[in-house]
Amino acid sequence: MFKIITSVIARDLKLAMRRQADIVSALFFFIIVVSLFPLGIGPEPDLLRKLAPGVLWVAALLATMLSLPRMFADDHRDGTLEQLALAPHPLGMVITGKVIAHWLVSGLPLAMIAPVLGIQFDLSSDALLVLTGAILLGTPALSGIGAIGAALTLGLRGGGVLLSLLVLPLYIPVLIFGAGAVDATVSGLGGEGHLSLLAAMTLAAIGFAPWASAAALKIALE
Amino acid sequence: MLEADNLECVRGERRLFAGLSFTLEGGELLYLQGRNGAGKTSLLRMLIGLLPPEAGEIRWQGEAIHRQADAFRAELCYLGHLNAIKEELTPLENLLASAHLAGESLSEDDALDALEQVGLAGREDLACKYLSQGQKRRVSLARLVKEQRALWVLDEPFVALDVAAVDWLAGLISAHLQRGGLAVMTTHQPVAIPAGTVRELRIG
Repeated sequence: MFKIITSVIARDLKLAMRRQADIVSALFFFIIVVSLFPLGIGPEPDLLRKLAPGVLWVAALLATMLSLPRMFADDHRDGTLEQLALAPHPLGMVITGKVIAHWLVSGLPLAMIAPVLGIQFDLSSDALLVLTGAILLGTPALSGIGAIGAALTLGLRGGGVLLSLLVLPLYIPVLIFGAGAVDATVSGLGGEGHLSLLAAMTLAAIGFAPWASAAALKIALE
Repeated sequence: MLEADNLECVRGERRLFAGLSFTLEGGELLYLQGRNGAGKTSLLRMLIGLLPPEAGEIRWQGEAIHRQADAFRAELCYLGHLNAIKEELTPLENLLASAHLAGESLSEDDALDALEQVGLAGREDLACKYLSQGQKRRVSLARLVKEQRALWVLDEPFVALDVAAVDWLAGLISAHLQRGGLAVMTTHQPVAIPAGTVRELRIG
């Protein structure tokens, strides 16, 4: 049962390595959007420290959105999605693998680079640590929720815009608690509560989202 | 044994066919015929469980396929009109990946052997985007070489193949039928399958 998940992850990672431009462009989008803020606002450390969590999280949401439309579209176009749906396993397991692979190539690089970008906002080392942890814990939920949107808009013309409209509102809780964790740390309250909630959201998204996506994909494949 | 009972297919506002029934036993091949748009591909997609029929039921070994989803799919091999190969991967990687994703264990030697049989020896390590249309089709067909599953559903398998490859595929299908397998396929070019019982069904 779990072999199918690892097979899907191995295949998707191999494909991502052959198409590195996709990973790199989302990562550079994140770096540039985040870096524009300190340049635009000017050297005011107090203001920047206040803005940092929100800016980094909004940029992370948008960077994740960039790669979502292709999550199932490529497989749909060349017919491999049909074969995945015909594999003798529940389709939800296959999609769990795809969600994990999506996180490994989109969410994980963002979390790795986030502390470096946080320095531009004069964040303390504690806050940088919590920021990285929050992005690590929160981005799997983004991939999971995004999979539902990607499955629902599969094969639609102009699906990319519709996908953003569907998915971004669902990202709001992750944004609030992700940015809140860093805010709470900066103000000395401690971000553990926020991080626990983020972890809960991620577990729920990884557990349920693949099955909702599977139902949507079955309709798209009819 | 594959049974279709009173199938009805509606696409959009149009009814493509209704009251369609057939029974297919081991060793038998069903040729689906009909003009373009008659619903051949829709019928195939019903048989593999991707498209729920408007009315009627499909049974595999006496039980409805939607009630035994995983067990039925473990006996099914479907080749659509899309090749289902990844352009970025090599033929060898494609073959291994599709076998693993279908829940089969295919060794690398078996995969290389299959690729040699479809005439792709020497191209195993070339990304599929550099292959011709016919060669891509061959990569897709290489899956059938080591395939032991009972039911083959093939949508236009002979498209883009040269004469030698058509003969080779016809031989592969007859070997499958001789093992007691079942096959359903659509094609516009009548190809003689040397062994097994061939039955024809005209839709529309």
